[in-house]
Amino acid sequence: MTARVLVNVPAKAQRGEIIQIKTLISHIMEPGFRASHDGKILPRDIITEMTCIYNEKEIFRIELSPAVASNPFITFHTRVNESGTFDFKWTGDNGFEATASAKIMVE
Amino acid sequence: MMQESTRRELLLGSGVSAAALLLAVHAADATPESLQAAIRNVAGNAEIGKGKVKLDIPPLVENGNTVPISVTVESPMTATDYVKTIYVFNEKNPQPNVVAIHLGPHAGKADVSVRIRLADSQRVVAIAELNDGSFWSTTANVIVTVAACLEGNL
Repeated sequence: MTARVLVNVPAKAQRGEIIQIKTLISHIMEPGFRASHDGKILPRDIITEMTCIYNEKEIFRIELSPAVASNPFITFHTRVNESGTFDFKWTGDNGFEATASAKIMVE
Repeated sequence: MMQESTRRELLLGSGVSAAALLLAVHAADATPESLQAAIRNVAGNAEIGKGKVKLDIPPLVENGNTVPISVTVESPMTATDYVKTIYVFNEKNPQPNVVAIHLGPHAGKADVSVRIRLADSQRVVAIAELNDGSFWSTTANVIVTVAACLEGNL
């Protein structure tokens, strides 16, 4: 199953500007403490980590736990000095993996 | 007159026992001790100062399944003075950890938001680790009307 991913990065920015990046990914984030209809505990199935790489340099990494709401929505900031590409990667339980990328023009 | 005061006492008494019952139910979840243990796990024996960190979280939450939080840290975010990591912990979810956020000087400003789950009315703690090895923290109290993720376990 592929996850739906949305990333929001401004298309243009001034050199040295601090920009906001928003990311949203569809995922159940099953915490591993809930029971199903037949009373069995549903096994944990969460995204454990999200990273953002900008021009091959890691600028942001977040470790997630079962206490993060389903469909993790994460916003953060970064300073941009050159045009380039943001590469986002989510990894999680049961070999979950999703990627996205966004370009920015820095003037 | 006499009867009224008895009724009042009775009500008061039932209120106290309800509170005791609530306490008994909560004892099964992550405790202040496990919160402390989780904090010591990341901070070691370092002293944790109050301040510098701001935790934005609604004081009254209707739905514990999705609670928007935002953490900001006062820091110039330069190459010599920046926030390395921000940790968020809670008191009464089944596990004390919420998120660990790794930043660097290139972040420009330490301002991150995420949506979390809260199983109960509780304290949420945010701790920032700066590049000089110092720790700063803040605490927020949240009241949750509909709890997250535990419906099957009650």
